[in-house]
Amino acid sequence: MTMALETKTNPTWCHGCGNYGILGALKGAINELGLAPHNVLIVAGVGCHGHEPQWVNTYGFQTIHGRTLPLAQAAKLANHELTVIAVAGDGDCLDEGMSHFIHACRRNIDMTLLVHNNGVFGLTTGQTSPTSGKGFVSKSTPFGSPEQPVNALALALEAGASFVGRGFAGDPKHLQELVVKAIKHRGFSLVEIFQPCVVWNKVNTYDFWRQNTYKLEGAGHNSSSREAAWRKSHEKEPWPLGVLYQTTTQMFTDHLPQIAKQTLVKQPIGKIDIKPLLEEYS
Amino acid sequence: MAAEKVNNFVWLIGGEAGYGILTAGEIFARACMHAGLHVFTNTEYPSLIRGGHNTFMVRASDQEINAHGEKIDALIALNKETIERHAHELSTGGGIIFDPEVCGEVSAKAKLYPVPFTKILADIGAERIMLNTIALGASAALLELDFSYLEKAIAKTFGKKAAVVKQNIVAAQAGYSYIKNNFPEKLDISIKPIKSAPQHILVTGNDALALGAVAAGCKFAAIYPMTPTSQVLHRLAAWQQKHNIVVMQPEDEIAGINAAIGASFAGVRSLTATSGGGFSLMAEALGMAGMTETPLVVIWGQRPGPSTGLPTRTAQGDLQFALHASQGEFPRIVLAPGDIDECFHAAHEAFNLAERWQLPVIILVDKHVCECYKSTTPFDTRNLKIDRGQFANAGSGEFPRYKITENGVSPRALPGQPGGIFRAVSDEHDEYGYLTEEPTTCKAMNDKRMRKLEYIARELPEPVLYGPAKAGVTIIGWGSTKGSVLDALLLLQAKGIAANFLQVYNIWPFHAAAVGRVIDQAKAVICLEQNATGQLASLIREQTGKAVDSLLKYDGRQWTPEQVASAVENRVKGV
Repeated sequence: MTMALETKTNPTWCHGCGNYGILGALKGAINELGLAPHNVLIVAGVGCHGHEPQWVNTYGFQTIHGRTLPLAQAAKLANHELTVIAVAGDGDCLDEGMSHFIHACRRNIDMTLLVHNNGVFGLTTGQTSPTSGKGFVSKSTPFGSPEQPVNALALALEAGASFVGRGFAGDPKHLQELVVKAIKHRGFSLVEIFQPCVVWNKVNTYDFWRQNTYKLEGAGHNSSSREAAWRKSHEKEPWPLGVLYQTTTQMFTDHLPQIAKQTLVKQPIGKIDIKPLLEEYS
Repeated sequence: MAAEKVNNFVWLIGGEAGYGILTAGEIFARACMHAGLHVFTNTEYPSLIRGGHNTFMVRASDQEINAHGEKIDALIALNKETIERHAHELSTGGGIIFDPEVCGEVSAKAKLYPVPFTKILADIGAERIMLNTIALGASAALLELDFSYLEKAIAKTFGKKAAVVKQNIVAAQAGYSYIKNNFPEKLDISIKPIKSAPQHILVTGNDALALGAVAAGCKFAAIYPMTPTSQVLHRLAAWQQKHNIVVMQPEDEIAGINAAIGASFAGVRSLTATSGGGFSLMAEALGMAGMTETPLVVIWGQRPGPSTGLPTRTAQGDLQFALHASQGEFPRIVLAPGDIDECFHAAHEAFNLAERWQLPVIILVDKHVCECYKSTTPFDTRNLKIDRGQFANAGSGEFPRYKITENGVSPRALPGQPGGIFRAVSDEHDEYGYLTEEPTTCKAMNDKRMRKLEYIARELPEPVLYGPAKAGVTIIGWGSTKGSVLDALLLLQAKGIAANFLQVYNIWPFHAAAVGRVIDQAKAVICLEQNATGQLASLIREQTGKAVDSLLKYDGRQWTPEQVASAVENRVKGV
């Protein structure tokens, strides 16, 4: 089955890059859900993650840095029969695209966002990122980053996201389960993924995350409680993995009777009568 | 009564923001239109919600008019400042309606019509917001317009709010009666309804753009509010359920344009609208639409910059920016509609062009055409055709979305379509949407995209020359100055100067040969613009190698026909 999602080219990520685990989990989830590839749209930004649509045989759009979400949300509004998955990096989504991230959470359009969080800028060869820890030493912060890292999950909860989860690229099986849940969720779903960068981030390695994470499944967490999720979103060393929060709430599209019967893209435009509108101006 | 002043006048109401100046002006313009007159309005206001000095001018005529005027025949002063600022603009025989309690003693050389607005308000027990309506009633009486026209215009403007309509009619009637009862001597101007006049509609450029978009089947709009195009957002938002359009107000202009691209990629006709400041944020994504060959329509209403500039005034300072915005080189189309009807047709045509050529189309307008009302024949949609461009049939295997073709256009597939899977990529890519940096392919893809421009230039109509074929002077212009220049041609004729006007509507790709030919055949050429550096003149020189003289205005106010005529006359006479 997985073969159907292969493309003609092979990933150009570094050997050992966390992105391989994410790509595998993503393709696995699409297969597990039995989605027809032509009904899936993967939208990416710019960064190491950005070429991901090159290696999944679905419709894809690699946008400019930071702008995955506005484009992906609108594509879903235009054709809500598509499964829309945005893939973004931490710099892409939480620096340049931070405003879109918050607004997508509060807008609640039915799509999934996978944030590839490696805590560093990889493609531009090793600068600090919004999720780098305070004191993180990089080419741009040789004396240590003076800034607090962004807490993506807490921000998402505060902004009203209806599905908030976290996975680890070093555990693709668990990650795939999480991505499946996120795609199945009715509304905007966020999955933050700890993604080791084997070249530029010597702090957040595979071993580091293995030793400093635990799974919420079986840990007695109530993922329908926003308060419990809020507490979990602030836990660190170890960081929790799994579904922190999931709720059913009204989506942006629930307020759009204009697409209740038919997707926008299927609506004919050949014979539009504007005479009643012109009457307003007589 | 001087005969030439029947059905031919300029009326201007002025006062602070917050007193319904715009509403009053719109009602008066509509009443004149219902009386069978052609109307053109101009509104000037500062970027404030309360206070400041606001004016709304209605120029009306039994002939078609294309611009606002300069000399005021009837000045309606809701405050003293209006008299101080505009009394000197009164025509000979012009008059002022004012409240002596508010404006004090008025010494202007004009016919004076003191109307105790404040007292009338108290007498009829109306709110202060009705002051403008009393002034409307007084205006109608002074111009001898039958009250029923005002009543109908009030009812049309306030629509379903029956109580509001009633209150306003009472207030208007009070103003109307006061003039009738106290001033037997009227102005030299009057309205004599033309019953045989065809029915017109009263629309702004923004209305026309929104109507054109709806008629074109625009299904998605993401617009962050910004003067002067916010009204496009308001109109589409109001109509979205009736016409099945999804209208969203995004978090910023960057989201707006990226959303429009996303919806278009998914297969629906999509729009964003903004001004120069908002477009500055959009610039990067414009290039992405170019690179990924995604159809996109951007309505861009100019206002004076730099930076926040004069937020509510007019300018044509963004032409060179529109031509060059975003890094690298990619094809784009820039249309510059010059009046209301062209706004409607440009909006419709833009979607056809965007989909046919798979590129961004910018409709470059300005505050003047966006916000001025003009009475016009209801837009004729019978001959409008939808051209969605080329779509691929279902195939199998890899889909060559960016197939190299002679005219640069490759059939599109839409997400959801079996057999059409491809990747749109903002990086350089091959025919299948795979990244490539291979030099031969990179050049071939660049050539493919840029080739579209040659073919587009062949299809788009050449600029139109208005006025006599042979003239002493040829004025070249673009965008909203069209109206003032057309009306100025008549004024110049009266001064014995034969002038014609070349309107550059399809501004990019540029019709270099056609424009060059007109320049070669002209005795003298003046390029007239609303900017400080002569941006069209620069483009003409770049594209034709010919230098042309410029007349420039950049104070945030539109050239009036009188100003155009006088500036051209001076230039011709070497003053």
